[in-house]
Amino acid sequence: MEIPEGLKFTKEHEWVRIEGDTAVVGISHFAQDELGELVYFEPPEVGNVIEKGASLCVVESTKAASDVYAPIGGAIVEVNPDLGESPSLVNESPYNTGWMVKLSSVNKEELGELLSVEEYRDFTTKG
Amino acid sequence: MSLKRTPLFDAHVALGAKMVPFAGWEMPVQYEGILSEHIAVRNGAGLFDVSHMGQIEVKGLEAEQAINYLTCNDVSLIEDGRAQYSAFLNENGGIVDDLIVHRNSPNNYLLCVNASNLEKDYQWLIKNNKFDAEIKNSSDDYAQLALQGPGAAKALSEALGFELSSIKRFAFSESVFFDEKVLIARTGYTGEDGCELYIPEAAATKFWDALVSLESVVPCGLGARDTLRLEACYPLHGHEISDSINPLEAKLNWIVRLGSGDFIGREALLQIKESGISRKLIGFKVEGRGIVRDGAELFDEAGDLIGFVTSGTKTPSFEKPIGMALVAKGSAKVGSNITARVRGRDVQLLVIKLPHYKGI
Repeated sequence: MEIPEGLKFTKEHEWVRIEGDTAVVGISHFAQDELGELVYFEPPEVGNVIEKGASLCVVESTKAASDVYAPIGGAIVEVNPDLGESPSLVNESPYNTGWMVKLSSVNKEELGELLSVEEYRDFTTKG
Repeated sequence: MSLKRTPLFDAHVALGAKMVPFAGWEMPVQYEGILSEHIAVRNGAGLFDVSHMGQIEVKGLEAEQAINYLTCNDVSLIEDGRAQYSAFLNENGGIVDDLIVHRNSPNNYLLCVNASNLEKDYQWLIKNNKFDAEIKNSSDDYAQLALQGPGAAKALSEALGFELSSIKRFAFSESVFFDEKVLIARTGYTGEDGCELYIPEAAATKFWDALVSLESVVPCGLGARDTLRLEACYPLHGHEISDSINPLEAKLNWIVRLGSGDFIGREALLQIKESGISRKLIGFKVEGRGIVRDGAELFDEAGDLIGFVTSGTKTPSFEKPIGMALVAKGSAKVGSNITARVRGRDVQLLVIKLPHYKGI
């Protein structure tokens, strides 16, 4: 799957995209493929403040639960309302309709510590 | 030490399987996806490579006595050509492994044991065999396939010209296909009708190809194998049964023949039966939010710890996640609510009657 331009990645396979004042967070195609079909999405509380690297939300396949870590710190302002009914949206469209959480008041400096699309591509192909 | 591969490894990779380590083997956990494979078995036919399972032969003049001493069931109760679900018990009545015993004749048996316990089982059998019977680990000689689902019989007929209806449930037959002697048993671990094929290792791909090439047959991995057996409430060693769980607690009273003569663990079970079991296997359905997996602690309405989950996940046949648990006897009656602690959060469960799913 082509990785959209403008995303930044963590080595734990989360991506973040800045849209004005908010940061949209999800997991990569590589990650959803590794996890297998998701059957459950545990959302975070809107309003909570989260630190970079802390567990933001949890996704589950039939085999295991996996934490999704916050690529940058911020306040949780929105959670994808469709993932409760259809967690498999993450598998079908990890960069688009399968987005997970939106953060505001993010620490933009922390973006600099993340991988670019190219760096992430290298990281996942060298495996 | 590297992982072992079944003769079908290349076939799995060619089909795009995700290979994972399991019990020292590199096995396919899924091809298209666990959920679609599970559904294929419930509605059609799925083919599993289970060549990692262990096969142990017990032969000799006292083979029947040996098996009856080494297992808790009684093979004199079945005729030649029948299989029997059984267990090896330790001195405390705990389950060393569960297995299927195939009775070829009074002096000749083929045992199918769990891949993860093969070495342990074999050493335990050798150590405890005090009979005129030879025990041989023949696992390297056999590949094993499982063809499961309401469409399995038709697929078997198309691929091999063998009619599954010619053998009863839990019976088996030795036949020749592609010039190879194969044991076809009407057994399985999915809760559907179907069969397991014990094939000479070198011929495995012939049978795999013949079956998987049918449009109606879907290759299925270990992921679906687990969701299917959980729905059917079949135990998995290390979960519902283990060295420290006895068959009476695990709802396996039906495989324990206390009246049929001595066997390892009999004394312990008699005592447990006398004093009563202290804990019991139950089934649950999640009423709250989330999946409740093995190891999760369970609490009653008073907030007291009553036990733990043995297996649990979200499976395709049911809207809510399901599972099984080992809890203090009497603490979780069918129809009552208990609570699971999952990542610091309380999730409400409904105790339900087992099995979750009954296909056959």
